[in-house]
Amino acid sequence: MSPALTTDDIIINAKIHKLFYGNFFAVRDTHLAIHHNKITAFIGPSGCGKSSVLRCLNRMNDLVRNFRVEGSVFFRSKDIYAPRVDPVAVRRHIGMVFQQPNPFAMSIFDNVAFGLRLHGMTRDLADRVELALRRAALWDEVKNKLKQSGLALSGGQQQRLCIARAIAPEPAVLLMDEPCSALDPIATGKIEELMKDLKSRYTIVIVTHNLQQASRVADMTGFLYVDTKQGGRTGYLVEYDRTEAIFQDPRDPLTRQYIAGAFG
Amino acid sequence: MSETSSSVVESPPRELPPMVYREPTLSERFFDRFFRGLTWGLAWMTVVLVVGMVVLISVDAWPTLRDSGGREFYSVVWDANRNEFGILTHIWGTLYSSLLALLLGGTLGVAVAIFIAEDFLPSKIRLFLKNLIELLAAIPSVIYGLWGIHVVIPALRAGLHYFPSLLADFSGPSMLSASLVLAIMILPTVTALSRDALESVPPRLREGAYGLGATRWETIRKIVLPTACTGILGAIILAFGRALGETMALAMLVGNSTARDNPLSFNPLLPGQTLAALLANNFPEASDPLQVGALMMAALVLLLITLVVNLFGALIIWRASAQFQGLRS
Repeated sequence: MSPALTTDDIIINAKIHKLFYGNFFAVRDTHLAIHHNKITAFIGPSGCGKSSVLRCLNRMNDLVRNFRVEGSVFFRSKDIYAPRVDPVAVRRHIGMVFQQPNPFAMSIFDNVAFGLRLHGMTRDLADRVELALRRAALWDEVKNKLKQSGLALSGGQQQRLCIARAIAPEPAVLLMDEPCSALDPIATGKIEELMKDLKSRYTIVIVTHNLQQASRVADMTGFLYVDTKQGGRTGYLVEYDRTEAIFQDPRDPLTRQYIAGAFG
Repeated sequence: MSETSSSVVESPPRELPPMVYREPTLSERFFDRFFRGLTWGLAWMTVVLVVGMVVLISVDAWPTLRDSGGREFYSVVWDANRNEFGILTHIWGTLYSSLLALLLGGTLGVAVAIFIAEDFLPSKIRLFLKNLIELLAAIPSVIYGLWGIHVVIPALRAGLHYFPSLLADFSGPSMLSASLVLAIMILPTVTALSRDALESVPPRLREGAYGLGATRWETIRKIVLPTACTGILGAIILAFGRALGETMALAMLVGNSTARDNPLSFNPLLPGQTLAALLANNFPEASDPLQVGALMMAALVLLLITLVVNLFGALIIWRASAQFQGLRS
């Protein structure tokens, strides 16, 4: 049994009533609270809007033309969708790791230093880069080739480099959008270990296709669903609870069927 | 029909149907070989053509070069009556006008490419602008020349009225008027190729930068432009190649000065001349073999400069795309 969760632990409180891309009504009625220093997983079939919800949490969706959201996302005590909030500043505190490893076409060192330089955190730059690489469990593999291109690393190493790059500026929250879907099982195992290490310092929100992955790493799990076969297009949050509850004793019959593998 | 097909399903044939193992007939084999030979030959034809051009022009240029000992290359006087055929001014004018055009058109072209490629505008307007700029490449050179004479030069003159000391130098047709028009002529090349380079930067790199809290300009400056810079450089070099060889508009606008007045001047307000304009203006009347030889030499120099520049540009673009293959892995 995990310790009781109190409202004091909540770092992000998202109330997404309606989310649109142009005329496309993508997500409705998704209200959930992300707890501090926990790993929260979003699971659900393709097209259910789990990535869209994740990208609402640091305003990455702003980059999509015609994106519109009704609702609020409170980060600590501030609504990040309030009119005068700068999305760039939001992303400084809520970092992101993507599905495809995306190291920049520059050296390993410069990749990790990129965010630090961006935010003027250049004092003890080398130490900060080393620390980030150590926390991303990549330091021993790259310490002798920091000047080499980040593109020369393997896929799993590239993804850990991207994690190092994201955590270097010390964000409070780390969003991970299917971070292992492009990786083999061994690299996936390393990333999962890493997530468990990182949660003492960072709050992690992960989107995953892989139910086992959610059950292995997540403290909290949200199940989103859309029935595309019935012509539905708008995803919504079906159930959100502690991971054990979702996997062992789900309240909603849809969740039960999904966990049992009754549909994809 | 249905009877035969059902019988086939019930009892599988012992032998493969004849179509599977039929060998190509003699005529098919002949046609294959003939077609392969044809494409092979045509592919080499392009190489032979370029080499042949260089060789033939060199042969025509050789007598003059031999007689003068290469004096043409450092002499600034072109005077057919005295058999003086210095082309240094023309080489200088070609490079200077092209570089000046590149400075103006290259800067503008890259800026336009960023503006079109980087999602500043709704996609319909972007498509419209892109096509509009590429349409500039379809305008005949002589129209640019006319436009230069009737619009650009009067506009420059009007502008220079505020700077009387400069106006004294301004002769109408000049390096500046020629380069301004040339800048617009190379704009489509720079913009189209730079836009390709910018758009081939994988979107996930932009996402990565935004995700780290970079602004749009930081993303463009620190991620998109550095990643695309080899491609943009290639675009600029190919545009340079185009500017070097441009003839008609320059012959109309550059002034075709006799070099004695102003040899090798940096002043863009003065008239100048270029290799291409020299050829266009003098070939029709050239009869003296010495002069024809000198013109051939000018042609050879122009050909070699543009070949080298274009080769260099193509090489850089090729290397840029090879670099992206690593990024797309």
